[in-house]
Amino acid sequence: MNPVLEAPPKEKRERWEGAPPSPPPEPPDGNGGNGNGGGDDSRDSSPSGKPLLGNTQLAMLVLIAAEIMFFSGLIGAFLVFRFSGKPWPPPFQPRLPVEVTAVNTALLLLSSYTMVRAQLALKKGDAKALPRLLTVTGVLGVVFLAIQGYEWVRLVNFGLTASANVYGSLFYSIIGTHGFHVLSAVVWLVAVLVRAHLGKYSARNPNGVVACAMYWHLVVGLWPILFYLVYLL
Amino acid sequence: MSETTADAHGAHDHHEGGFWSTYVFSLDHKMIARQFLWLGLIMMVVGGMLALIFRWQLAWPETQVWGFEWISDESEGMPEGYVTPNFYNMAVTMHATIMVFLVVMPILVGCFGNFLIPLMIGARDMAFPVLNMLSFWVAVLGAVIMTAGFFVEGGHAAAGWTGYAPLSTVPEYSGVFMGQTLWALSLFVLSFSSLMGSINYITTLINMRTEGMTWFRVPLVVWSLFVTAILGLLALPILGSAGAMMIFDRVFETNFFNPAKGGEPLLWQHLFWYFGHPEVYILILPGMGIASELLPVYCRKPIFGYRAMVYAMLAIAFLSWIVWGHHMFQSGMNPALGSAFMMTTLVIAIPSAIKTFNWLGTLWGGSIRFTVPMLHALAFVILFVIGGLSGIFMASNVVDIYIHDTYFIVAHFHYVIFGGSVFALFGGIQHWFPKMFGRSMDEALGKVHFWLTFIFFNMVFFPMHILGVGGHMRRIYNPLQYEFLQGMQPINVMITLSALALGLSQIPFVFNFFATVFRWNAKWFRVLTQAVSGLVVGFIGYKSAAVMFEGLMEPEASTGGRIVGTIVFVALTVWIYRYLEKNMAPLGADAPQNPWDANTLEWVAPTPAPHGNFGPTLPVVRRGPYEYSVPGESADWAPQTEAIDPKYAEAGH
Ligand code: HEM
Ligand SMILES: [Cu+2]
Repeated sequence: MNPVLEAPPKEKRERWEGAPPSPPPEPPDGNGGNGNGGGDDSRDSSPSGKPLLGNTQLAMLVLIAAEIMFFSGLIGAFLVFRFSGKPWPPPFQPRLPVEVTAVNTALLLLSSYTMVRAQLALKKGDAKALPRLLTVTGVLGVVFLAIQGYEWVRLVNFGLTASANVYGSLFYSIIGTHGFHVLSAVVWLVAVLVRAHLGKYSARNPNGVVACAMYWHLVVGLWPILFYLVYLL
Repeated sequence: MSETTADAHGAHDHHEGGFWSTYVFSLDHKMIARQFLWLGLIMMVVGGMLALIFRWQLAWPETQVWGFEWISDESEGMPEGYVTPNFYNMAVTMHATIMVFLVVMPILVGCFGNFLIPLMIGARDMAFPVLNMLSFWVAVLGAVIMTAGFFVEGGHAAAGWTGYAPLSTVPEYSGVFMGQTLWALSLFVLSFSSLMGSINYITTLINMRTEGMTWFRVPLVVWSLFVTAILGLLALPILGSAGAMMIFDRVFETNFFNPAKGGEPLLWQHLFWYFGHPEVYILILPGMGIASELLPVYCRKPIFGYRAMVYAMLAIAFLSWIVWGHHMFQSGMNPALGSAFMMTTLVIAIPSAIKTFNWLGTLWGGSIRFTVPMLHALAFVILFVIGGLSGIFMASNVVDIYIHDTYFIVAHFHYVIFGGSVFALFGGIQHWFPKMFGRSMDEALGKVHFWLTFIFFNMVFFPMHILGVGGHMRRIYNPLQYEFLQGMQPINVMITLSALALGLSQIPFVFNFFATVFRWNAKWFRVLTQAVSGLVVGFIGYKSAAVMFEGLMEPEASTGGRIVGTIVFVALTVWIYRYLEKNMAPLGADAPQNPWDANTLEWVAPTPAPHGNFGPTLPVVRRGPYEYSVPGESADWAPQTEAIDPKYAEAGH
């Protein structure tokens, strides 16, 4: 047997010569002042109580933080080009459809409202209202996507393409990435909707809806910022 | 939702499961940890081979690499074993990429994060086991994509691990087509894997600590993994968006980074380093955590300044977001901005120094046990200090104008990543192996591996400081093309010889690992292990002696060199053979529950820890993680579950 692996004698260890003088005996895990030994439990909340946020909410918050960082990379790129001193938008480029997109923005914001209503319905245990409100929310998301897609087709026909210049590259990358997020949110919502119809959720078991709703609000919340930056700034 | 399901697991061990659900699509955090370990170790072989190939080219430019002469002369990469310039660029790029993203991150974050967090905080599993399994398989997908790049037309990515644009975004500049796209795609996929890991780590640690496990009773390695998870979750999406833009540039011909079409190459650098500097702390923080964990155990002393350690980690994590410009001093940055980045970078030295002094304070007066994990922890401290100090030189933008993009930088980051993270990784493997696999890795073999690695690590990377100050640029194909570098070529040769030795030095580790995992303890296998380890050391000794006797360029030119070499060869081979014969324990024997007399909760769990970790009831924590040698207590250690002597309990309040 390897010598190191044997249990050592269970007695007080010898101090080495030249070591600093022993500190006065300190209660284990007490407030030594410097936290040596990693112990200090007096003013620390106990983890065994009910956590502030459930696992699902916490996980979604982490995901949302990551998404925000992802978009800030794209937004950072946008700002670099927008404020590089060159004329913006570049001359001879088609103008972006501000009015239509403003209406579209309103639709998307409305979907967040219906989503909140759906969450409230779930909280009240209103089994009928939940699928209905989720459906409305999803339809609004789909309408948003359809209008976006229509405008894209028009823009491409006008000659604004991703490879034409940086303006186009930014427009399609940022708006496209957001559109892809709306699409994934809709897909997720459809899955939740199916489960809602099957009666899988209740006031005491709302997690699936809560997670999807948090994601939905993220996607909606990002949009006005992107709209302002890309269309208006 | 999963809290309750996870709880239900422990009570009755009904998960018998078949092969697929036990070993492949396992939901158990310990199995996922082991899967990450395998992934990392396998990729380490690939990354190491690439390094040896380009080291060969640097020492003996444009000669056939030994062992690769058989390759057909029609091969794109290494016709007849010659390294082509493109292959050289690819090898350098992929060595770094693989080591960072597919070795250090999977093992330090993926393996240790998964294994330690639930065990050390007294949880039955991660908060989201399915997500956890996905995180591993997505990492495998990333690894497959990354590996596929080697086999496509035009070769793999060759623009450096930093992927600077427009070299990386305009295929015509580098001659690389699919490879670079796959590279970016793989990083994108890997950042997803990391994100899933982060979600689990953060949620689990915040919500699933067992009773009594207050924040300041959480072991430092778990703290470090927590901070790492936060950094990862915030930093990797930035790489994701930069990588997405790179893919768009290459596939959809957008113009983000191509100046010829109005793009901005510096944008890539800013995004990459805004991710990149937090990334290097993702690589080192778990290493710091492991060192903080091992030192108290093997010094039989509390960690010095537990809270200072925690706050220093938080400070490092915060500061790592405001220093990225130090990688870009030479990019034409406004000097005032450069000075600002210099200041923030220098400030990072403060929390780093706090940690270093706390490690030294932990060592001071301890009754040190020089086990293999302890040796690695000590090496970590020593080498991290060297790497940190060279970092301070480079942080000064005046100095950095001179040494930027030289071998000085290469020396710096290998001291922190290899000397720091990888030594911690080996130490951590040896330390937690008993809990992971239920058996202890051999100490004697481990010592042979440690000393060889430690010596040759320093022989490879220390001289790089000298090369760098001498003006040797990094990432050059053939140093002999530059007259002013020719005088330093012997250093390059010595580095390469040492690198080959460093590669061979891993053989005892491989033997140790496999023998322990698969319980190979037959007589013939032990003899083989002894003989091979002896021969490795003997062979390295032979070369070194011949080199020293004969000068660096032609080690075996004379009989004198050969005779001295042979004597050293025989002496070393026999010595190591005998040493192992005497000291090797039975390979793969069952490990005791708590072989190191450590306090933290993973050692309270049975060995190897079962599904659900702790049996019917979860442990209750009653004291801090590092209460070793408490005056007045009978044993020099006390598991965190042990109640405090009532006579002290009163005094504490
Ligand atoms: C005291 C702390 C540190 C300081 C002051 C510091 C400073 C620096 C500076 C100024 C550079 C840029 C040099 C140049 O390219 O001209 C650099 C490069 C680098 N550092 Fe550090 N560093 C520190 C710690 C670390 C740690 C802990 C790691 C990783 C575990 C690390 C990894 C790297 C890497 C990988 C590079 C090179 C990146 C490349 O160009 O490929 N550093 N460091
Ligand atoms: Cu840095």
